Amino acid sequence: MLLIHCPYCDETLPEAEFTYAGQAHVVRAQDPSSQDDGQWEDFLFMRENARGPHYERWRHFHGCGRFFNAVRDTVSDKFLTTYKAGDARPDLSSLLEGQE
Amino acid sequence: MSQYRVSGRGRVDTGKPVSFTFDGKRYTGAAGDTVASALLAHGVHLMGRSFKYHRPRGPVAAGSEEPNALIGTRRGPGRFEPNTRATVQELREGLEATSQNKYPSLKWDIGAVNDAAYMLFSAGFYYKTFMWPKNFWHKVYEPFIRAAAGLGVAPCEEDPDHYASRYLHCDVLIVGAGPSGLAAARAAAVDGLKVVLVDENAEAGGTLLSEPQATIDGQPAWDWLASELEALKAAGVKIMTRTTAIGYYHQNMIGLCERLTDHLTDVPADTPRERMWRVRAGQVVLAQGALEKPLVFHGNDRPGVMLAGSAQTFLNRYGVLVGKRPVVLTSHDSAWYAAFDLADAGAKVQAIVDLRDHVHVDLLTEAQRRGITAKLGYTASATSGRLRVSSIRVNPVKGGDVGTAERIECDAVLMSGGWTPSLHLFSHTKGTLAWDDDLTTFLPGKTPEDCVIAGASRGPWGIAAALNDGAEKGAAVAAALGKSASGKTFAVEADRTGSGITVKELPTDRSPGKAKAFVDYQNDVTAKDLRLAVREGMRSIEHVKRYTTNGMATDQGKMSNINGLNIASDALGKAQPKVGLTTFRPPYTPTSFGAFAGYHRGEHFEVTRKTQIDSWAEENGAVFEPVGQWRRAWYFPQAGEDMDAAVGRECRAVRETLGMFDASTLGKIEVVGPDAVEFMNRMYTNPWTKLALGRCRYGLLCGDDGYIRDDGVIGRLGQDLFHVTTTTGGAARVMNMMEDYLQTEWPDLNVWLTSTTEQWSTIALNGPNAAKLLAPLVEGIELTDEAFPHMSCLECTVAGMPARLFRVSFTGEIGFEVNVPAPMGRKLWEKLWEAGQQYGITAYGTETMHVLRAEKGYIIVGQDTDGTVTPYDAGMGWAVGKSKPDFVGKRGMARPDLVAEGRKQLVGLLTEDRSKLEEGAQIVFDADQPVPMKMVGHVTSAYHSDAVGQPIALALVEGGQGRMGETVHIPMPDRTIAATITSTVFVDPENTRLKI
Amino acid sequence: MTRFNAFTLLKNAVTGHKNWTEQWPDSQPKSEYDVIIVGAGGHGLGAAYYLASQHGITNVAVIDKGWLGGGNTGRNTTIIRSNYLYDESARLFDHAVDLWEGLSQELNYNVMYSRRGCLMLAHNVHDVQSFKRHIHANRLNGVDNRWLTTEECKDYCPPLNVSPNARYPVMGGALQERAGTARHDAVAWGYARGAAMRGVDIIQNCAVTAIRRNPDGSVAGVETEKGFIKAKKVAVSAAGHTSVVMQTAGVRLPLESYPLQALVSEPVKPIFPCVVMSNAVHAYISQSDKGELVIGSGTDQYTSYSQRGGLPLIEHTVAAITEVFPIFNRMRMLRKWGGIVDVTPDRSAILGKTPVEGLYVNCGWGTGGFKATPGAAHVFAWTIAKNEPHPINAPFTLDRFRTGRLIDEAAAAAVAH
Repeated sequence: MLLIHCPYCDETLPEAEFTYAGQAHVVRAQDPSSQDDGQWEDFLFMRENARGPHYERWRHFHGCGRFFNAVRDTVSDKFLTTYKAGDARPDLSSLLEGQE
Repeated sequence: MSQYRVSGRGRVDTGKPVSFTFDGKRYTGAAGDTVASALLAHGVHLMGRSFKYHRPRGPVAAGSEEPNALIGTRRGPGRFEPNTRATVQELREGLEATSQNKYPSLKWDIGAVNDAAYMLFSAGFYYKTFMWPKNFWHKVYEPFIRAAAGLGVAPCEEDPDHYASRYLHCDVLIVGAGPSGLAAARAAAVDGLKVVLVDENAEAGGTLLSEPQATIDGQPAWDWLASELEALKAAGVKIMTRTTAIGYYHQNMIGLCERLTDHLTDVPADTPRERMWRVRAGQVVLAQGALEKPLVFHGNDRPGVMLAGSAQTFLNRYGVLVGKRPVVLTSHDSAWYAAFDLADAGAKVQAIVDLRDHVHVDLLTEAQRRGITAKLGYTASATSGRLRVSSIRVNPVKGGDVGTAERIECDAVLMSGGWTPSLHLFSHTKGTLAWDDDLTTFLPGKTPEDCVIAGASRGPWGIAAALNDGAEKGAAVAAALGKSASGKTFAVEADRTGSGITVKELPTDRSPGKAKAFVDYQNDVTAKDLRLAVREGMRSIEHVKRYTTNGMATDQGKMSNINGLNIASDALGKAQPKVGLTTFRPPYTPTSFGAFAGYHRGEHFEVTRKTQIDSWAEENGAVFEPVGQWRRAWYFPQAGEDMDAAVGRECRAVRETLGMFDASTLGKIEVVGPDAVEFMNRMYTNPWTKLALGRCRYGLLCGDDGYIRDDGVIGRLGQDLFHVTTTTGGAARVMNMMEDYLQTEWPDLNVWLTSTTEQWSTIALNGPNAAKLLAPLVEGIELTDEAFPHMSCLECTVAGMPARLFRVSFTGEIGFEVNVPAPMGRKLWEKLWEAGQQYGITAYGTETMHVLRAEKGYIIVGQDTDGTVTPYDAGMGWAVGKSKPDFVGKRGMARPDLVAEGRKQLVGLLTEDRSKLEEGAQIVFDADQPVPMKMVGHVTSAYHSDAVGQPIALALVEGGQGRMGETVHIPMPDRTIAATITSTVFVDPENTRLKI
Repeated sequence: MTRFNAFTLLKNAVTGHKNWTEQWPDSQPKSEYDVIIVGAGGHGLGAAYYLASQHGITNVAVIDKGWLGGGNTGRNTTIIRSNYLYDESARLFDHAVDLWEGLSQELNYNVMYSRRGCLMLAHNVHDVQSFKRHIHANRLNGVDNRWLTTEECKDYCPPLNVSPNARYPVMGGALQERAGTARHDAVAWGYARGAAMRGVDIIQNCAVTAIRRNPDGSVAGVETEKGFIKAKKVAVSAAGHTSVVMQTAGVRLPLESYPLQALVSEPVKPIFPCVVMSNAVHAYISQSDKGELVIGSGTDQYTSYSQRGGLPLIEHTVAAITEVFPIFNRMRMLRKWGGIVDVTPDRSAILGKTPVEGLYVNCGWGTGGFKATPGAAHVFAWTIAKNEPHPINAPFTLDRFRTGRLIDEAAAAAVAH
């Protein structure tokens, strides 16, 4: 069971309180009807499936209920950081520096 | 006293005899014994049979790594478990132990014919044969192979015991209460740090329990141990024995299984048998010590052949001599001390046979002093003895040549191939292992977890080394937690440090190809099997393991992995790290299913959600059905009624007069805020802007892929307040989906969402008399079509209770849904029930609800739709707000395949023979085609319908909405049923019955 | 290479098993191949075998970053069945079952296909409706699957708890008698031996780092740890790692890789005669020919390549097993392990051509890849050899995620594979 830091509650809590919500920063177009089938396919289905640092969403389901973003290494399952929804995508190289 | 018990030795209490049975024969052991030590005290070594060859076996180890001495253990009805390690199971009065994998008896086992034909049963033999003739596999070979499977027999009764689980949070968790773990705990227990020390054994102490000769800081080892345990307790350290750290999970979560009752003669009432602890530790110290390696030679498996260190443990901890005339066979100094201890306890050690040409002179002196012959530079080439070793055949080895054999009579062979660090838990962390050429073993490398290794599992050897390393590591983890701590240095006398060499299978003067030199005892994997696997192209240890099953027995390779690796790497001519070590998997030792399941059994397996009205339904004879986590009243049979009769009666009551239904499980979400209407417009397919205050609308929710996800009636109770209802099963999903879009796609919208499912009890009243019943009870509104038309909603008072009243109908009759604060649900139900008697009010369940809605063509999401159905497919294009710029699903339902011709569309079906269709039955256009048939749809709902006068069905049919009146066919196993495609609305298409 | 039969086994037994030869050589890469298959699991090795045996294409290499059969082929619970709802899936999996039935003889390697039947338990009205839909569809597709009442379920699988008071009572079940299990390692080894015998190179411990393309966009070959290898065609069959490899060719896939856990009990004498799946409680169980109860768990909620799974999921899985089979409560778990499964949005595989000329992909099997092994490998080889899909895998295109023509077994039935 992972330990996850909720950036809203500012507490590190067990995974049982959270639900995973897929890749982060997948943008739903302002006007979906202007999207062609390929673009809509990308939005619906295409995912990085990164092996290594992965930008992803979690929800503090049994807590504050907020969705937030995280960078987690999918090889070690270690969280590099978590941040609030809407915050800019953090720079990976500076995150990795912090990891020795 | 038993024949092999040594008075004055061991920690068992011979003053407290404990009697037990083994294969029906009664024995007496001492308090503190294991089954193995108690049997050994009686000279019984033969405790089991091996898996493949059914060879007679006795314990080879004294601890949890034991692969041979597996027994069935029983304590009365329902309390039986197979494959219990006799070396772990503590004695309790009346314990019934039985041997396994033998027929008719342990001494005379017919399965042992396999042993004679062992050359046929080489590694992987089954991959090469049993293929001809083909049909023999299924009928002859496979049943034969399967019949030979397994060791013990499975339990066959329900387990009367219960199991517990707990969380535990600590600063430092130390696994292993041997010298390094004890020292680590002492060093870490500073400045309020919460330290937990666990050990799988019945008592703490580890190797100290087997080495009473040592003195630590001037105290005899056992005295030191006792005072140290007191000191640890005083320092607040939680010490847990009989507690196995089974697995190391993410971010320092460790699973511990604590065994609470299996060792007790009298079990206090309500004591759980085992307790699973989920520990979250700031820092973990793994102090699991090292495991002794067997030597691999022909006949190394006979009862009486045992690890030297284990023999020492049986003597020093249990006061049992495993033999009176043992031979010691070793490549490591440690076994010499075993020889000395046994000799000092009265055994006549026949010889110490060492594979090395030279050993330290002190060892030779000590041996000489005891009159023990030392044979250096010798190998062992065989043992003999059918059910117990009776002699060992040893040969001198000079320059690689194996000389003439000599036979030494003996009643035990104590062997040691050196020691290998126990790195199982470390390996669970995905920690890397580093090969150490000097020690010829893997040592811990890097781990992603906050974890350190202490003591012998890191390589150091001896009590002093373990204590000092433990203290250092304990201080280090305290420092890592920000506490200043320092490890002390211990003064140890009579310590037994030493070294040894690592060998592959022992050299022999006989054909190695015929040697039964076992590496994995339980699975009967020999050195030649490993070499055969390599010869056949298995080049990684993972392949070798899987091909030979080496390391896959219940000891999970604790005995066999490293010997297997050394032999495989020799056969491959490659260094060990190039061949690899198979990954250790949790659990560390086999762990009861019950301990994993914990409290989640029976009623507690999963929560059962019940409404406030559920108790009334139960009292009134309802039959229930599970819907998600809810249990819902399915129907209310009266005396003599079956389901069809009950449902028919309930349906008639609703259509003719009045029915009431507990709809409390419906999901309810309150959507509030200045942007609530915009949110609803974006979320649901329907338009909401023009929905007037106090009015309701049927809402349809899609995913962004364009398929229907959920539906429900939504009422506008305020300019910025929507009362949304969802399906019973979909409530949580819909809420999550709404939150997702609100928080992450449209954070600009000022909207609050609240799940109110359990805040309200919801009672649906349906039938021509619904308004008549309700009107007198409602304050603030007249229940007329003018004042409160169909699809209206209102906050008011019903029967004196604050209520949200909806005039909606899922039946086609005049209908109301009364929501009152949840705890008032049963009170309101009973009031309505009482008041409704004059109208013959009838309680109905979900089945009747389903029939009535199907008669009106109302869909059930998840039954009539299945995640591949668009609103248009379901015939609900009218619910799609086409002029809205966007809503969830709008773009998705415009994708090519979702607008293509020939999609499956929801229609009604009436069978020509007036039979009821089966839900799930498949539909074809051409009944005469051969299999495989072209299927064009399926029946989604089918019911008897009194109102229609014949059974009705809903179905998804290819292009169905353009095929009204056409005949389709439903091929059943015994016949084909013809049906006519109709509208989905079977009753009152003009909705005249909704009028008051 | 020695042909396997009782006679050679006996002959070798007499001579101390000294004369067996390696079942496949450990090849070093050549500079060029007609076809390179990335991933030496059952699917990849099987495709190589069928390329060589059925299409005469033998200048083939199967390349793996680790040891052959070391991925999901050797980590699954070996359930084989074909009672899928949709025509597309039913055809594919039934094709696989047809091949399973003769696979030992075909490969001259006993893969121990055990036709012990698979019983899927219905615990609520929705399950009953869904399973009956499957049964009817299967019957009209010629796939065996039939309904058992609660009592018939108990007769078929005596350890089953059919008490009406159970939290999840058994309301019946769907039985496919042709379903069963097989010895997973033997499948990889048998295909490897059969392929190698026909000239295929099996190159282990050689990670493919990128797929290289020609200026015209077509496939040029693969970059590996041992250098560049030229190839006319490249076929990727790398399960959970497929996304990463395909991205180097500029092909994005709708895949996510999740950890999946499984476990076995200590071995016991035969007690469990069939395969039982209970989707409602997430319990999948059979007994191996060694006597271990083999139990499948669900996937953890987050994507991961760590092959570590959480304790809570395992606790839930074991609780589900002991709920359905209470007599196993005192049995002990021997080991549990994790694999990485690649999951598509509709939980059906992607099997066929890609937008890149000469590049083929076979992925997205989720938790159901093992059962498909011979069928998938067979039609994948066809697709590679002929540069067009076999009719059976034609619907399993990458394109369907754009058009919406999904093969959504899970959505249709809420049935896990």
